Amino acid sequence: MNEKVRMEGIFKRFPGVIANDGVDLDIREGEIHALLGENGAGKTTLMCVLAGIYSPDAGTIRIDGEKALIRSPRDAIRAGIGMVHQHFMLVVPYSVAENVTLGLNKPRFLLNERKLEAEVGKVAQSFGIQVDPHAKIWQLSVGEQQRVEILKSLYRGAKILILDEPTAVLTPQEVRELFVTLRQMARAGHTLVIISHKLEEVMSLSDRISVMRKGKRISTVNTKDTNPTELARLMVGREMLFDLHKEKAIPGDEVLSFYNLHALSDKGLPALRDISLSVRSKEIVGIAGVAGNGQRELAEVITGLRPATSGKVVVNGKDVTNNSPRQVIDQGVAHIPEDRKGTGTVPNLCVLDNLMLKCYRVEPFRNGPLLNLSRIREFAQKLVKQFRISTPSLETPVRLLSGGNVQKLILAREIATFSELMIAVHPTRGLDVGATEDVHQMLLEQRSKGAAILLISEDLDELLALCDRIDVIYEGKFMGEVPAEGEQIETIGLMMAGKKGGTKEPEAASLQAHA
Amino acid sequence: MSIFLEKRAQSSRLLSAMVPLLAIILALLMGAIIIALTGSNPWEAYREMFVGAFGSGYALSETLVKTIPLILCSLGVGIAFRATLWNIGAEGQLYMGAFAAGGIALAFPQGQGWWLIPLMVLASLVGGALWGLIPGLLKAKLNVNEIITSLLLNYVAILWFQYWIYGPWKDPLGYGFPYTAPFGEGAWLPTLAGTRIHLGLAFAVLAAVFLFFLLKSTRVGYEIRIIGENPQAARYAGMNIPGAILLVFAISGGLAGLAGMGEISGVIHRLQPAISPGFGYTAIIIAWLSRFNPWLTIAVSFLFGGLLVGGYSLRAFGLSDSLVLILQGLILFLLLGGDILTRYRLRWKGSRA
Repeated sequence: MNEKVRMEGIFKRFPGVIANDGVDLDIREGEIHALLGENGAGKTTLMCVLAGIYSPDAGTIRIDGEKALIRSPRDAIRAGIGMVHQHFMLVVPYSVAENVTLGLNKPRFLLNERKLEAEVGKVAQSFGIQVDPHAKIWQLSVGEQQRVEILKSLYRGAKILILDEPTAVLTPQEVRELFVTLRQMARAGHTLVIISHKLEEVMSLSDRISVMRKGKRISTVNTKDTNPTELARLMVGREMLFDLHKEKAIPGDEVLSFYNLHALSDKGLPALRDISLSVRSKEIVGIAGVAGNGQRELAEVITGLRPATSGKVVVNGKDVTNNSPRQVIDQGVAHIPEDRKGTGTVPNLCVLDNLMLKCYRVEPFRNGPLLNLSRIREFAQKLVKQFRISTPSLETPVRLLSGGNVQKLILAREIATFSELMIAVHPTRGLDVGATEDVHQMLLEQRSKGAAILLISEDLDELLALCDRIDVIYEGKFMGEVPAEGEQIETIGLMMAGKKGGTKEPEAASLQAHA
Repeated sequence: MSIFLEKRAQSSRLLSAMVPLLAIILALLMGAIIIALTGSNPWEAYREMFVGAFGSGYALSETLVKTIPLILCSLGVGIAFRATLWNIGAEGQLYMGAFAAGGIALAFPQGQGWWLIPLMVLASLVGGALWGLIPGLLKAKLNVNEIITSLLLNYVAILWFQYWIYGPWKDPLGYGFPYTAPFGEGAWLPTLAGTRIHLGLAFAVLAAVFLFFLLKSTRVGYEIRIIGENPQAARYAGMNIPGAILLVFAISGGLAGLAGMGEISGVIHRLQPAISPGFGYTAIIIAWLSRFNPWLTIAVSFLFGGLLVGGYSLRAFGLSDSLVLILQGLILFLLLGGDILTRYRLRWKGSRA
């Protein structure tokens, strides 16, 4: 295979951190090249340099053997390079078709929306991407938004497509579909770079793998000549333990229960249709399901961020249906939200400001109408140490932290402030092996301390490893419940596709308990 | 050849600090061109302005007099901007504060009690705050765009104010002129010996201290900072966003109202149809220039006070003092343009990419 891209001596420094420390990388035409590494290893930065988003402080890029000057995303597009980011770069109030064609000089003057939509729809279909060109971005699930991003690059004629953590937001089925599409593209001569930290995924998809650690490329290997254990060792520099130690726990009192819950989505369509469940203390209950089947709405209804149109939510015996977020928080409900940067943190403010987001109004951190800043600082320092949040200082803006550290910050804050009930939504999405393990340990620790945990996740391995029982949601309804055992994976798969099953119907069970 | 904007990976702090300075310098240069086009000597005109504003003890004291309402309005506008609430209504809130305080003063023409001034201060705070709460309520409850409502309410406030002066409150001994009767001396703010600098200066400085403290050390100040940066996170954290919006508008309007009280009680000593040369609008520029920082607000207000006072001496020079408005407009325009450059860089692109 010909060499398509060669990056030499790429050096990029951000305030307080060297993201890329003289990285060399070659990518061959038509291959699927995986860039593997923990969060903060510099994978994304390296690819942002290739995609013209960052200018490197030093280093050169050659494309097809010729030196290329890539100074902007526009230059990159012209060179046939497209990038799908982990955090989407979409104009939320605009339609899919508008987003796909945005910035192109075509049409030059008058917009014929219907024609544009038809055209975008046709291109999408030719790549096997299912998306409604007429829909507005804000109406789409995260998974659907990703498809728009991929479509955007393809529509611009990208020959080299970089995908940053593409499966982080996808369901198992969608992952399979994505892989089929990606392999097809590679066979058709496209060159693909996949940024990832998921070993199995990288093993099954890629032709070659480059492992990065602390801003340097450690090694590049042929996928067929390596194995997950070797990769893990290269990634973290130490042997990883994959087995979680989950103690057997006897569930205690009912902490969360909801009955016959109904709610609407942002689009105003039914998102939750008559679902009921209860979670007891010392128990992790998982919600499995394909993205966009009501998971986000469920978390939001419980935490008071979205109104229930009917039904009832009870926390610790108290009816909190359609209470304000504040009232729900005061019941001891912690919430790890799906959207870390948009909801869970204030990226422009510092670590200290973000750690105090929920405790600032309670004793001993308040002092009448004032803040007890020295107490808060003490508290923040303790959390940073205890949860190993890697940050230059408490005054560092959160936007400068890596994804894993942002998530650790959110967990630290939520765990430290509340412990009765935790609603965790995709808590390890996009995190590296080390951070994922940390998060899993923290959740299990909360469980042994007596917390009730509702874990919404698309990662079946995660659900099976952590949960005591798993409910499957499909189109806003529960398909059934199974114990979290490895052999249940087939049943769960069927239920995720809309088939009723499982050992019992949770609605009926909790309704009886309620009656 | 074309020009385009490229996003900066990191906005430069130095650049962000330089932009206000560069905006002022560039505005002065562009103003110089305008002066030259009228046939005058720009250098002499600017010197005239500078001397008129800062060149003597009297000039300095007059500049300080104008600085007082500018500080108060700018602080009010600034705290709202901090919460990403675009309160453009300081001018109207100033007039409503003056209306409320003036009503008290006129009700007690002989009032010699110690309580009269504090009562007027309170009335102006309440008057301005209530007027600010109208766009605040509409924003908090119905999500009505506060830029439009607060701006339009300025005209309502000024006309309301003038109705009372042309009508019920007109001085019967005023030969038909649109003035109210002069206030009793008990309603006058004390002044610094020999100057027109009044106690409002102390109010202004206290207000700056209050806001700095509010943002840094109080719970509600923290909430305002969070809401300004990321309302969704604020909601997630269980903060009372409508409540904070109302509070910010009340503080914002109250401070502008206090500025109005200072003008009528400290300087004019009666009500007349116009009591502000657009302090509330100039405050928008000052708030941006000072990056909503209370201490910088005081310094920048002083400069703009000088610009106003210096503008009056242009008349003696044969130029219109509306040059001051042109300069203010240029500064805001260049400042907002410059802010884009802190986040993006300009690139010139030749025929080859």
